[in-house]
Amino acid sequence: MQQRAILTPSSKPIVPKHVHLQFDNLRGKWVVLAPESVFWPDEQSLEILKLCDGKTSVKAMIEHLAKQYAAPKSVIEPDVTEFLQEWSDKLLIRVI
Amino acid sequence: MPASGPPIGILAELTHRCPLQCPYCSNPADLLKSSSELNSKEWLNVFEQAADLGILQAHLSGGEPTVRRDLEQFIEYLDSRGIYTNLITAGVNLSEKRLNVLANCGLDHVQVSFQGARPETTELIGAYKNGHQKKLATAMSVRSAGLPLTINAPIHRHNIDEVPEFIDLAVELGAERLEIANVQYYGWAYLNRAALMPDIEAVHRQVDIVESAQASLKGILNIDFVVPDYYADYPKPCMGGWANDVLIVAPDGTVLPCHAAQTIDALDFDSVRKQSLQQIWQHSAALNKYRGFDWMEEPCRSCPRKELDFGGCRCQAYAITGRAEATDPACMISPDHKGLEQLATEFAHNPNFEFNYRRIKTRG
Repeated sequence: MQQRAILTPSSKPIVPKHVHLQFDNLRGKWVVLAPESVFWPDEQSLEILKLCDGKTSVKAMIEHLAKQYAAPKSVIEPDVTEFLQEWSDKLLIRVI
Repeated sequence: MPASGPPIGILAELTHRCPLQCPYCSNPADLLKSSSELNSKEWLNVFEQAADLGILQAHLSGGEPTVRRDLEQFIEYLDSRGIYTNLITAGVNLSEKRLNVLANCGLDHVQVSFQGARPETTELIGAYKNGHQKKLATAMSVRSAGLPLTINAPIHRHNIDEVPEFIDLAVELGAERLEIANVQYYGWAYLNRAALMPDIEAVHRQVDIVESAQASLKGILNIDFVVPDYYADYPKPCMGGWANDVLIVAPDGTVLPCHAAQTIDALDFDSVRKQSLQQIWQHSAALNKYRGFDWMEEPCRSCPRKELDFGGCRCQAYAITGRAEATDPACMISPDHKGLEQLATEFAHNPNFEFNYRRIKTRG
């Protein structure tokens, strides 16, 4: 039986093929299309999702975002980890 | 009031034809024959208009959508417009070969219904021989085609005790989602209420089982639970509000806010055969009738929950009270709530039943 994925700093999350992250021209915002659901990620969530390429580790994501937002890693880390675990639990991202 | 924004999704009921005869089918009791269905060109035109209007997801349903041989064209077109496609199938007449073709056309997700977790229940409810085995095969082909799978389990008296088995089945099949969807009593299900209504004890057991599985299967299987209205405390936010997020196009092109809307006799729905989808979405009197909050009466009007549930379901209000403007009797604040509970108890304890199976009437 499958196991729940628990994210670690070395996990490399990926948005799976059947979850579409795309820009909606009509509404002028990014949207996530998934089985039977539609999500409108806020700016911070969007930045995280864009890094879910299966190559970037959670640790590298936190470093990247800390630099981008000029914020300490300790501030960024809980938000990023919580978001990724939540999206992984909803099966909207996968962990490699 | 007119639409405040574009719809997010379209539910295309491509046909009312279906090999199954489930007595709770969400299609209207007056089923349309194939001769009244939109043809390929007309459906493609509907999808083009829907894409222009701003829809993001297309749910291809029926009846059984795979009886349409032009399904491939529709998926290919929708995919080319960046629209997420969801096939809602009974899974008894879909070969692995065709499923792979559909996947190659850009299909994103498949929902397969299971009438029972046991073969004999599936066969009893769908009135289709060996249906269960075929459904299992379809579900497995969905997974081997690399597509995400939802198992849809409509729940009623005859399968409510199979809920744990439905959960096991979904996990074994590698499904991402399981819908434990207690039957909604409109249309066919309304006709079969006495044969389908579970009793309150079974409902309570089911709630405990589902809640515990939702916790233990976190990150493995998403379980969506649609509670049984007749035993609910509050109504569901039906369709995310009347003509708010989703539009439904019936096989003959009639545009509806939900599956059951045509049960409300006073409403006259428009058709894509006569008007553009844009005109209908914006200006249809029937779609505008219960949009937003202005139409509401008390107790809904001053209730803060109206933002959550939009007053519940208009079709249920109409079916139970004879007035579509009434508060959905599923709500405990509704003056009709007690009556609904009593009805449920009466139906649940009526041991004499015979299914009124879903069949197309033989008339002109």
